Amino acid sequence: MLTLAPAVGVRPILVLAIGNPSRGDDALGPLLAEKIAALELSDVEVQCAYQLQVENALDLIGRREVVFVDATASGPAPYAFSPLQALADESFTTHALSPGTVLDCYRRLTGAPSPRAQVLAIRGYAFELGAPLGAEAAAHLDAAVTELRSRLVDGTP
Amino acid sequence: MSFELETASNAENLRRVAIDPVSRVEGHGKVTILLDADDHVHQVRLHIVEFRGFEKFIQGRPYWEVPVMVQRLCGICPVSHHLAASKALDMIVGAKLTPTAEKIRRLMHYGQILQSHALHFYHLSSPDLLFGFDSDAAKRNIVGVAAAHPEIAKQGVLLRKYGQEVIRYTAGKRIHGTGSVPGGVNKSLTPEERDALRADVYQVIAWSRDAVELAKKLHLTNVSLYNSFGAFRSNMLSLVAADGALDLYDGGLRARDESGAVLFDHFDTRRYWDAIVEEVRPWSYMKFPYLRSLGPERGWYKVGPLARVQNCDTIATPFADVARRDFVDFGGSQPVHATLAYHWARMIEMLFAAESIKALLHDDDIVGAELMARGERAERGVGVIEAPRGTLIHHYRVNEDDQVVRANLIVSTTHNNQAMNEAIRQVARRYLDGRKLTEGLLNHIEVAIRAFDPCLSCATHALGRMPLAVELEDAAGNTIHRLSRSVA
Repeated sequence: MLTLAPAVGVRPILVLAIGNPSRGDDALGPLLAEKIAALELSDVEVQCAYQLQVENALDLIGRREVVFVDATASGPAPYAFSPLQALADESFTTHALSPGTVLDCYRRLTGAPSPRAQVLAIRGYAFELGAPLGAEAAAHLDAAVTELRSRLVDGTP
Repeated sequence: MSFELETASNAENLRRVAIDPVSRVEGHGKVTILLDADDHVHQVRLHIVEFRGFEKFIQGRPYWEVPVMVQRLCGICPVSHHLAASKALDMIVGAKLTPTAEKIRRLMHYGQILQSHALHFYHLSSPDLLFGFDSDAAKRNIVGVAAAHPEIAKQGVLLRKYGQEVIRYTAGKRIHGTGSVPGGVNKSLTPEERDALRADVYQVIAWSRDAVELAKKLHLTNVSLYNSFGAFRSNMLSLVAADGALDLYDGGLRARDESGAVLFDHFDTRRYWDAIVEEVRPWSYMKFPYLRSLGPERGWYKVGPLARVQNCDTIATPFADVARRDFVDFGGSQPVHATLAYHWARMIEMLFAAESIKALLHDDDIVGAELMARGERAERGVGVIEAPRGTLIHHYRVNEDDQVVRANLIVSTTHNNQAMNEAIRQVARRYLDGRKLTEGLLNHIEVAIRAFDPCLSCATHALGRMPLAVELEDAAGNTIHRLSRSVA
């Protein structure tokens, strides 16, 4: 457990979804995670987090590809894939890290290049406590799941 | 009433600096500083939005959903809310926990303490402590630590991982766990899970001992700075066990005054409102608790590691107790009130958590089968635990239809409200007054806040919603200078 070596049988593709199911469209990430996990794709592991933390860097060990999935308050609708580079920012001042900083932590901790990574940002609009997923966001979710499923089945997310 | 530097007498003529450590959907934390034309400080306030919205959110829900729902309060210490809610609802169902249930919950809690304290020390505070408060901001971060001190960074992340594994085995999942339920737990450890955790626990203890030494060394190497930075004297509050030992899961409330004299002891948490009053002030959404017996001016207090390690008489695990005695000896005849001593105390608690995990992993009850208890149904339940950041109170009333009709939560950061305000006023007086503000100087304010490890981070996480902004405004509220940190 206390090692930076890859776990036995680790799956090559990680879908790491971020969000709080109780805050309106912030649930986009967790809901996508549920739908992708239900596909039971053999090469894909799905994880979910409220916020990215430093130990999420360890979840990348042994992966070939990583897809970070999150709601976005300002990106294009319905969703956007974008490549992700390791990037040290100052998100450490909160308790949560950005996806780029997680990659950079991986690189610093392991001494190895980070796996190929991208962000799937799904457009959301309302993030109020207790609010359900909005109708527009729900449509974006369906579109994003369809696209990601297609890419995962091809093995090239 | 008002404290020094809390309210300026001529605010309309002053410039305003606002530091938004986390300006997210709920706008969680903000420091405002009012300066005159010569940069002298006249007012300093820390504002933090509270969880009142969540208390409304809980109302109307069936009580058995609450231990899971409250984890959505916070992405940082969900286990603390999970357990505090469970303890409150134990009262509702009239349960006296089975030994297995209590020990599984304690194991879960110690896993949470371990991983939370590791994150705070190694990855949130060590950049400031290792590189200096006004060192290059580009390096003063978690990645900078990994580059300059790779072994420290590695130990920090693996300690955190171990704590997460303890949580996963006891709560069922790393986040949104369901392990603790009103009246008990829904699983114990399998022998295989116990053995997997046992295999690494000695390394975890060894690294935790190293962490205590590192925190102590940092303090003693620059003792003048560490003793004075943001230091203030105050009362202290925490749970203690029946024998006066450190207890993070259960016990009675003990308060000491600033000289260490006991104000009250083993106070029954089921009537916490007889000991603690929450004051409202017009400039803050967050209340200011104080000890009822002393009143608002003298009754405010600090909670968390610095209070707990000094409030208790002993620690039941051997290495941590040696470290505690060392810490108390450092203070001499008076309690240690240095804000930066929170870090040292926090590592003593991390060692206590590691040793406690080891002890539980060698207790046969941890693989027991008696998980649930029930008793006489009640309307009201109060659950109090010591969360990583301090005392956490959950209080519910449940009607005969099993719905929550009232909820009151007093979180650690609320208990520390006045204390954090005092710390940043000390820092502003000492470091900012009369000087041209720079990022490094403003970081001094954040260093003081970070020592308390307040939960400034809410559970909403959407890309593009996490900027850190420092704005300097004129008296009319016009922004004349802005520093921004965006992670979008």
